[in-house]
Amino acid sequence: MDFVSGLRCRECGRTYPAEALHVCDFCFGPLEVTYDYDRIRATVTRERIERGPRTIWRYADLLPVDDPNPVDLGAGYTPLVRADRLAAELGLGELWIKDDTANPTGSFKDRVVSVALTKARQLGLKVAACASTGNLANSVAAHAARAGLESVVLIPSDLERAKVTMTAVYGGRVVAVDGTYDDVNRLCAELASEHPDWAFVNVNVRTYYAEGSKTLAFETAEQLGWRAPDHVVVPIGSGSQLTKIAKGFAELATVGLLDQVPDVRVSGAQATGCAPVATAFAEGADAIRPVKPSTIAKSLAIGNPADGWYALQTIRETGGSCAAVTDEEILDGIELLARTEGIFAETAGGVTIATLAKLAASGQIRSDECVVAMVTGHGLKTTEALFDRVGPTATIAPTLDAFDAAIDLGRNGDQSDEPAQRSDR
Amino acid sequence: MSITVRIPTQLRQLTGGAGEIKVEGSTVGEVLKALDSAHPGFGERLFDDAGELRRFVNVFLADEDVRFLDGLSTAVADGQTISVIPAVAGG
Repeated sequence: MDFVSGLRCRECGRTYPAEALHVCDFCFGPLEVTYDYDRIRATVTRERIERGPRTIWRYADLLPVDDPNPVDLGAGYTPLVRADRLAAELGLGELWIKDDTANPTGSFKDRVVSVALTKARQLGLKVAACASTGNLANSVAAHAARAGLESVVLIPSDLERAKVTMTAVYGGRVVAVDGTYDDVNRLCAELASEHPDWAFVNVNVRTYYAEGSKTLAFETAEQLGWRAPDHVVVPIGSGSQLTKIAKGFAELATVGLLDQVPDVRVSGAQATGCAPVATAFAEGADAIRPVKPSTIAKSLAIGNPADGWYALQTIRETGGSCAAVTDEEILDGIELLARTEGIFAETAGGVTIATLAKLAASGQIRSDECVVAMVTGHGLKTTEALFDRVGPTATIAPTLDAFDAAIDLGRNGDQSDEPAQRSDR
Repeated sequence: MSITVRIPTQLRQLTGGAGEIKVEGSTVGEVLKALDSAHPGFGERLFDDAGELRRFVNVFLADEDVRFLDGLSTAVADGQTISVIPAVAGG
């Protein structure tokens, strides 16, 4: 059983029952799940969690739905990897990568979808649906298949091909919309009004869905030996993940799982081609101005981020920072992480690493901090971003001579015929 | 100018359950004020004390966010559709 006491509007405080509601009827503010923390504190212990499954469901006491048989492909409990080689390149000290590429469909979205569809099934909703920039589409289609639910997934028509394939293979309906993600999102918000028995995971069950991202904070703290880091770097699409990570660390202290009240600086990462939050942060603005996205980081290409305002607030309140990086820097970030730590991230991960590098260089992330960078999606989803960057060192005839010649060539990159080799890539 | 306004589920208790309402006006702001006159309650939900759209209210004219146009001053043409949509969705 869960410890949910209801839903509450984050803006005006009106309360609602724990149903398929996501915004306040009065002011349209987002609804937040509220919990009976006293009862959780009396129940939850580190040992109880450590005895649980090696998935997000080990934290069921702090999630908005509990079910002995959740809609589950094994999301969560992904590796927290000490990144000393990357830290050395960036002049940082204790640096960790939360490697969420290791989730069942290759992104952190499996966390939120497992929670959303478990709750949707409990609420009696019939169809799993979403508006997606790709990763969510993959995850909803896969989890719906696992649960035997119909799925209807809406995506912008210009998505990376791998993300389309990784969605369509599960057999649900995939609708490509001629427009941006924001257009798809608006359409889904309208569809949700017309199909009240569907679970649009990031519309009418978004309140529950978003809570799944808290598990990134829970796992990070547990994997650090039940301590919170000093600084986390989080990519910003809608801004929901960033705010929920901050909430996750705070909840751990509230229910007595951390010895100290955590003081985690939360910094945000965006692409310059879609940086409404980073822009507002840089300008000291109080409102998020929507933008028309243009970036290779398509999974973060949300020009009108639903939680942008709260992400900005969280960054400011925690003493974090926010920066944006160019498409070139994103690709550099992907290669840097792969080269130093053996982790292949999608473009959003490149945004995180490039922003980490930028904030480290400017001194906003310090070498005396314990830093965790959230790498939230797998590089196999966005390989086309790297087609012009990486490829075979050489293409050769199957002979020893050719091999030796090619390897010599590789060692002496200034040889005159190297450009011809590169063009083979 | 006769304009169709699409109403989200959350506000349909103000329209007796109707999902579309036809009202008159020459700008987005006028149309929304006419909506409030026809179905009292819309005004306080859509606008803050300064008369601006609330932070979590998105208004689209012919599928374009009015924040990319001239906001509430955006001129409307006869027969166009305005959609009122909660901003908290997606991601």
